[in-house]
Amino acid sequence: MFFPISGAHISPIYLGIVGFVIGVLGGFFGVGGSFIAGPALRIVGLDWNYAVGTDLAHIVGKSVVAVRQHRAFGNVDLKLGFIMAIGTIIGAEIGAQLIQMLKRAGNVNFVVSVVSIAVYISISSFMIWESYKTLRSKKGRTAAATSAAGRKHDPSSFGHVTRSIQGWKIPPMIHLPVSGVTISLWVIVAVSFVGGVFSGFLGGGAGYIRMPSMVYVLGIPTHLAVGTDLFEIIISASYGTFSHAVKGNVDILIALVMHTGAAIGAQIGAIGTQYFAGPKIRLAFVPLPLIGAAIVIYTLMTGHKL
Amino acid sequence: MERVKKEAAKTLRAFLIELVVYAALVVTYFFLVLHFLGGWLHGLEAGHRYTYAGVAVLLMIGQAVLLQNVTTYLLRFIRRGAK
Repeated sequence: MFFPISGAHISPIYLGIVGFVIGVLGGFFGVGGSFIAGPALRIVGLDWNYAVGTDLAHIVGKSVVAVRQHRAFGNVDLKLGFIMAIGTIIGAEIGAQLIQMLKRAGNVNFVVSVVSIAVYISISSFMIWESYKTLRSKKGRTAAATSAAGRKHDPSSFGHVTRSIQGWKIPPMIHLPVSGVTISLWVIVAVSFVGGVFSGFLGGGAGYIRMPSMVYVLGIPTHLAVGTDLFEIIISASYGTFSHAVKGNVDILIALVMHTGAAIGAQIGAIGTQYFAGPKIRLAFVPLPLIGAAIVIYTLMTGHKL
Repeated sequence: MERVKKEAAKTLRAFLIELVVYAALVVTYFFLVLHFLGGWLHGLEAGHRYTYAGVAVLLMIGQAVLLQNVTTYLLRFIRRGAK
């Protein structure tokens, strides 16, 4: 099928399947999935700039579908999502500026690659350790057995650190009744800001950083972190889509085809979270950053940007 | 236990029906956009980038919100008819 905006010939079935896979992952883990969508679009010959912008556009639609489903289960904290969106957008702009600075210094690719590999592997290693330890504990076994019914009681082996962070009384303190957490506004802004910086610096929505941060730093139950992260992605990805479309990087027709698969996948993924307890979702999350790391290592070794 | 299994099967069936109706609507929406707006979007992207950017975001959000609402109403209508 010919897409006149980007001038690309791509099979709509391929786009639908890619969208479906990303939709399932997004609905289940609360990530945008750009680490898969970007390379998947690039492989079939779409220019890099169109791959990035078009991917963001389809993430918007997919996230709306998944959030509506998660909201029906009470898994979206709107107040937290709005606060985080502000920090993310500011952080993303600063991350993009950082990239420009490194471009001028002439070593952008190497620095970004090394940082991203370190970040991806650190997240995966930490989450393996934490979720495995939690699942082996008595509380974790009970939570796993009760599945989603006990989602507001989401045990974590890192819980003592989270509780001490929640104890920092730096005003203004924000009460999040949906998540059952009271925490300083500055901690929320800092977490979203860091996620935003990584998003601008490494590309994509950085859900692989934000979702675990929400669980381990803010103490948001995993199911709520997934739903709220998706809600936050709607805002930040809409902003990113607009910004990329103005620069001529979005083929909306490709995004709409991808969305046909993604919309269905996102519903399946969102429903899927209801059958797994928080620690199990976190353990299943582990391969995602590793896939990201593998793609970067491949790019670094071969010189072919996927 | 049997009752729980029956309930789960009923929920799964309802979800699958909703998914099939929704999938049909999403595909129809794409072809309608391609047929009626394809040329216009191409022109917009070439000449009016800000308008194109706004329309792009609206098309994505609109598709997700509108089609899910249509699916819900359609299923409600079908169930009422069946009763």
